[in-house]
Amino acid sequence: MKWKKLGKIFDPTLYKLPNGCVEFAQAPQSLVFDDFVRIYFSTRQRDAKGKYLSHISFVDFDLEFQKVLRVSSTSVISLGKLGCYDEHGIFPLNVLRDGEKILGYIGGWNRRVSVSVDGAIGLALSTDEGESFTRTGDGPILAASVQEPFLIGDPFVAKFNDEYHMWYIHGLKWILGENNLSNERVYKIGHAKSADGFTWAKTGGRIIPDRLNDNECQALPTVINIANRYHMLFCYRQAFDFRTEKEGGYRIGYAYSDNLTDWTRNDQDCGIDVSESGWDSEMVCYPHMFHCDSRVYLLYNGNEFGRNGFGLALLEDD
Amino acid sequence: MFKWKKLGRVFIPQEVKDRAWLKEFAQAPSVLIYDDFVRVYFSCRPAPDEAGQYVSYSAFVDLNRKNLFEIVNVSERPILELGELGTFDEFGIYPTSVIRNDGTVLAYYGGWTRCESTPYNVAIGAAISRDDGKTFERLGPGPILPIAVDEPMTISGPKIRRFNDQWYLWYVAGKKWAETGGRPESVFKIRMATSLDGMNWSRIGRDLIESKLEADECQASPDVFFHQDRYHMFFCYKYSLDFRNRERGYRIGYASSDDMLHWTRDDSQTDMDISEEGWDSEMVAYPHVFELDNQIYMLYLGNQVGKFGFGLAQLIDSKL
Repeated sequence: MKWKKLGKIFDPTLYKLPNGCVEFAQAPQSLVFDDFVRIYFSTRQRDAKGKYLSHISFVDFDLEFQKVLRVSSTSVISLGKLGCYDEHGIFPLNVLRDGEKILGYIGGWNRRVSVSVDGAIGLALSTDEGESFTRTGDGPILAASVQEPFLIGDPFVAKFNDEYHMWYIHGLKWILGENNLSNERVYKIGHAKSADGFTWAKTGGRIIPDRLNDNECQALPTVINIANRYHMLFCYRQAFDFRTEKEGGYRIGYAYSDNLTDWTRNDQDCGIDVSESGWDSEMVCYPHMFHCDSRVYLLYNGNEFGRNGFGLALLEDD
Repeated sequence: MFKWKKLGRVFIPQEVKDRAWLKEFAQAPSVLIYDDFVRVYFSCRPAPDEAGQYVSYSAFVDLNRKNLFEIVNVSERPILELGELGTFDEFGIYPTSVIRNDGTVLAYYGGWTRCESTPYNVAIGAAISRDDGKTFERLGPGPILPIAVDEPMTISGPKIRRFNDQWYLWYVAGKKWAETGGRPESVFKIRMATSLDGMNWSRIGRDLIESKLEADECQASPDVFFHQDRYHMFFCYKYSLDFRNRERGYRIGYASSDDMLHWTRDDSQTDMDISEEGWDSEMVAYPHVFELDNQIYMLYLGNQVGKFGFGLAQLIDSKL
C-alpha cells in the first residue's frame, strides 16, 4: 500500500464538544453518506477524581475533506450504567452501515482495582442516521472467554460475502512494570464471525504474528477489500516505554489475506510511517480505512495517541 | 410438602487451626460421594486484609459416610489457586459446584475480581481434577460463562447437573447495581444454560423464578434435583438492600418443574426456616440437596451467609 498524507484534518481543541470534552480525538471511524462523511471519534472528559472518561462525538466533512460541516452537539451514545462493561469509556465506536440499519460496535472500558481497566465489546443501533445510538443491552456481545481472559476491545466489523467478520483485540497478560508501580498489558488481534452481526463465534488463536517480541501489543485492526485481496492495517508497539520513547511508540503494521483466515504480515508494505516533524512525528496509530467516492482513505492518530486530533491519508495507485 | 428435620451444624471453620487460608466462612456446600466418605466442597476465607477486604478460596472437608457429623479429613490446600493478575478470578473462587465426568471431577465456580465503581464483578469459570477431586486446574485463564448482552454483571452461583445426557448449569445473573449512596448492592436472579459437552453453553436468557419479596429480590443457590418424577429446586432469596439482619436476610425458597424450563414457585412447600436461636437464627441460605444411602439431605448455611459454617437437615416427609 502507498499512502499520501493529507495532513491533520481535525483538532478537537478548536471545537466545543459535548460532555465537557476538551482534548483527544482518537480512533476515528467513518460513516459515509451521499454528500458528506461522518467521522466518529473518542474524546475525553475528566471525572470528579481527575480520571478520564472517553465519550463518542462526531464531525461531518464534505466529500473532499476540505471543510468541517458540523460537530456533534449532543451525546452520540451515553456511557454504560454502574458496574457495566462500558461504564468508564467507549473507544472506539466502530460504525457499520448494513442495509437499512446502522450498527455501532462499542469498545467498552471499565476500571478495575489490581489492574487499571478491563474491556468488552457491545452493540448499539442507530435509527436516526447515526446521530445517536441505543444499546441492544446493558452487557456485551463479545466478552472474555476461557482462552481470552480479559481486555476484549477495538472492534472493527465488516461484511464480506454475506458474513459478518469482526477483528478485535484480546489481552494475553498483565505484566508488572520495571518500577513495580504500574502494570502493563499485552494484547493481540483476534477474529470472530457472525451470521447476523449480533451472535458471534470467536475463531480462536493468533492471526497476526509478532514482529517486535512476545510482548508486542497489537491494536485497532482495520480491514478493507481492494481488487479481491483483503488488506489489514493495525498498530503495534512495545509493552513498555511506549508513551514517552519515540522508538517504543505505536507504528502501523500491515497484513494481507485472500481468504480472511490466513494472514501474511509484511509491515514494509504498510506505506505509512512517522513524519520527520510535526503532529505525527513520534507515533502513528489507530488506523481506519474506508472507501469514499471511489477512493480509499486512511484515518489515523499521531503523537500522544491523538490528544490533538487525527489526520487523513489517501491511497495512491501502485 | 417437604418436611425437613434439622440435624445440627456439621462444620465450623473457626475450629480448623492450622490453615491461614481457612479462618472463617464455609460457604455454598456441594457434595461428592465416595465409598467411605462424603466430600463437601465449600468456600472459605483467610483473615481480611488491612482494608477489611476478603479473598475466597474453595476447599473440602470429608465426612464419614456412616456418620456425617464425623470429620475425617480437611483439605491441606485450597483446591485451586487464585487467578493471575487481571483475570476474572484473581480475588476469589466462590461458590464451587462439582460433578464427576469420565474419571475426572469438574468444578464450576464463581470467580471474583474487584472493580473501582462497584465492589466486585463475578464470572463463572471451570476447572478439572485428575486426582479424584483433591486438586484442580483451570480449563484456561478466562471464564466459561462471562457477562453477556442481557446479563451485564455478577454471573455467579453455578450449580452443575446432568440429566438425560444433557448438561445443565443453573446460576445467577446480575440485573443491576442498586445505588445506595454508599456501597452499591447487586441485584441478581436465577437463570439457566444448557450444554452438550459441559464446556460450550447456551443460555436460556430469562429469569426462571418469579420474585416474591420485591421486584429487586435477590435469588441465589439454585439447587436442582430429580425426585418422584419431577424436578425440584431449592434456592435462597433476600431483600436487595439492608439485608444483613434477621428480618431481610436469606430464606430458603422452593420451585418445581416438569421440564426444567418452566418453574412454579411455592415456598410454602418447604418448612426450612430460621431457628429460634443459635447459628441459623438469622438466616438460612445456600441449600444443597443430595441423596445418600436412600436418604435425602440438605446442607445449608446459617447466620452471616456461612461465616460460622454449614449444617445438615434430613428430609423426613415429601408427600407431593
